[in-house]
Amino acid sequence: MAEAATRKPRGKGAAAPAMGRDQLLRAYRDMLLIRRFEEKAGQLYGMGLIGGFCHLYIGQEAVVVGLQLCLKDGDQVITSYRDHGHMLATGMEARGVMAELTGRIGGYSKGKGGSMHMFSREKGFFGGHGIVGAQVALGAGLGFANWYRQNDNVSVTYFGEGASNQGQVYESFNLAALMKLPVIFVIENNKYAMGTSLDRASASKDLSKNGAPWGIPGEQVNGMDVTAVKEAGERAVAHCRAGNGPYLLEMKTYRYRGHSMSDPAKYRTREEVQKMREQNDCIETARKLLMDAHGVTEAELKVIDDEVKAIVQDSADFAQTSPEPDESELYTDILIEAR
Amino acid sequence: MTQILMPALSPTMTEGKLARWLKKEGDAIKAGDVIAEIETDKATMEVEAVDEGTLTRILVPEGTDAVSVNTPIAELNGGAGASEKAPAQREAAAPLPKGEDHGAVAARGQDKKEGAASVPAQPAAAAPEKDWGPTRTMTVREALRDAMAAEMRRDPDVFLMGEEVAQYQGAYKISQGLLEEFGPRRVIDTPITEHGFTGMAVGAAFTGLKPIVEFMTFNFSMQAIDHIINSAAKTLYMSGGQLGCPIVFRGPNGAAARVAAQHSQEYASWYAHVPGLKVIAPWSAADAKGLLRAAIRDPNPVIFLENEILYGQSFEVPVDEDFILPIGKAKVERAGTDVTIVSFSIMVGLAMQAAEALAGMGISAEVVNLRTIRPLDIETVARSVKKTNRLVIVEEGWPFAGISAEVAMQVLEHAFDDLDAPPVRVCGEDVPMPYAANLEKLALPRLEQVVDAAKRVTYR
Repeated sequence: MAEAATRKPRGKGAAAPAMGRDQLLRAYRDMLLIRRFEEKAGQLYGMGLIGGFCHLYIGQEAVVVGLQLCLKDGDQVITSYRDHGHMLATGMEARGVMAELTGRIGGYSKGKGGSMHMFSREKGFFGGHGIVGAQVALGAGLGFANWYRQNDNVSVTYFGEGASNQGQVYESFNLAALMKLPVIFVIENNKYAMGTSLDRASASKDLSKNGAPWGIPGEQVNGMDVTAVKEAGERAVAHCRAGNGPYLLEMKTYRYRGHSMSDPAKYRTREEVQKMREQNDCIETARKLLMDAHGVTEAELKVIDDEVKAIVQDSADFAQTSPEPDESELYTDILIEAR
Repeated sequence: MTQILMPALSPTMTEGKLARWLKKEGDAIKAGDVIAEIETDKATMEVEAVDEGTLTRILVPEGTDAVSVNTPIAELNGGAGASEKAPAQREAAAPLPKGEDHGAVAARGQDKKEGAASVPAQPAAAAPEKDWGPTRTMTVREALRDAMAAEMRRDPDVFLMGEEVAQYQGAYKISQGLLEEFGPRRVIDTPITEHGFTGMAVGAAFTGLKPIVEFMTFNFSMQAIDHIINSAAKTLYMSGGQLGCPIVFRGPNGAAARVAAQHSQEYASWYAHVPGLKVIAPWSAADAKGLLRAAIRDPNPVIFLENEILYGQSFEVPVDEDFILPIGKAKVERAGTDVTIVSFSIMVGLAMQAAEALAGMGISAEVVNLRTIRPLDIETVARSVKKTNRLVIVEEGWPFAGISAEVAMQVLEHAFDDLDAPPVRVCGEDVPMPYAANLEKLALPRLEQVVDAAKRVTYR
């Protein structure tokens, strides 16, 4: 099983040189954008402007931002319903995402998809899927399309540690390994599948080894450290682009908020959440690194903070002023009219 | 000054109890601090501050019941981080008109349906089907293979995937010769993993490839039905029209012979229930060839229901290389004046036999082959009923919520006044398919039942 050897999470200290100043600044900005966007979404939900289910990504930002830095045009990203961060990371507009959350015509799905169902072919984002684990087989299909077209693009297929117990995940591992499909399977292990901790749900404790029977190399990565994520992502992308088949990354991460807006999160202590926030926060870590190792000043960071705040406020304004979809939209987009 | 509003903390919450304040007036607050506890309709929730500042005033004391969502509960004096304007005050006064919208939409839906129901009062002549010229005899099996081969030659994005489709040449020999002609990248043997390969094919279709997924039988599609419905059928709508799914799911459907309950189910009604899918069920080899070609070219997910017993049956098929049939058009297979017999797939053969038998009794039956289940060609059916005034529907599947129930209801909606007798359906019996030869025969629609049904509606 040498190929599937597992690396241990890397400490924050080991990561410093992997990202230059500019790239780290970009990562800081993108993580902050997701954080502020999600806080705003939570606020709008509280005001009744966003309905239904709303799963916030706060705490996990380093995962999508670090991996996105490894991708190029034509690569595909697919994930579950906790998808706002992934969309912003791929470069989708905050306006379009927020307006979808409020169910308005200016949203990415014209208000017909909502928080869990958004897409952008242009940005290579293939959803936004509400059925736990379904995106894993679909993501294998994105990788299949690259294999079929014989290009060197990769499919980054995100799912939670909860989804890792779905049967189709292993069907997809087998298919991807059998056909050597360029798929990076990314398990975002935030410790809790809704209210069920990994210990109570999975007999396998080191999820990075879950692809081992199929010879899929796996790594555990400190998903709270954007530099470590980027480093691991580069290894995974290189492996897939070279035609070596799939790769598995287990991102050890943490969500600060409940599973969805209506989750009181009684299955963990307040102290546990506080500890993660205070000691492992990806944005604070990046901020400190920028100032200590790269000489970035408070003033420079303030410019980024203000820019992010303005984008988020603009998206919230847009999401409240964009009209609801016309009633005629009820009957559109069910089938494509034959050419 | 920023107002903190009573938050909605579940999709259904309209009011809640402000159980406890964890901060008091004068306290400094930063984003993420828990400031209060609220009991919703589901649970006790902690309320986190979004903005920074000093809590200047508590407007709703703890212990207050039934506080409406969006009621101001406290005031915050903006600190350094609270420079942005909270959108709270603007929106609180403008609740979304949710209830009214639903009402309006429901009413509108009704209008639309009635509008669509306008079938001409007088039976208009059906537009004649295009004459494709000379024909030759071929089996349904050959027709299906030829259709796939022709479309794969025409479009490099079309490929076939499934269990035993390549090296084995198809469990029912439908894909004979395709591996040889198109190679292993386009004719792909999968492991026995329906959920996985169906999801993979749907993902590939999202990128614009055009997969043909063969289920060894549609019974196995139940392993993959989540991807067929939740992923393939709904994504176009959920993406606001961005992400289509050009895919064909095909394979034998319904009873074969003596394979018992788990291998004998008929799925037309299951899939036809779903908006976002097209459902085709051919009878003849010409149906099979012309409609499979159309299905592969269609930009939407198509369920293509074949029948194992029909695979070996021969029919006349146009030799024209461009031969193709339109999806959504039924065919009058036999003209008649006294009773309309509507059917699809293998049951069309039974309807034709019944029509022959009825002719001997002086009853002229018109047989309508639906060919496409969804979208249903109700115009052709209604046109026939307006002529014969009598309706029998024959379906291999179970009666409850079946296709015959749908056809009968739509005939009531479109041609109620033209009916001279209540419609009668002949369906498979409402039981799991038995193995014993005698019981299996009893479970499937029989010739005498169709003849009897036609006699009943014609009062003979």
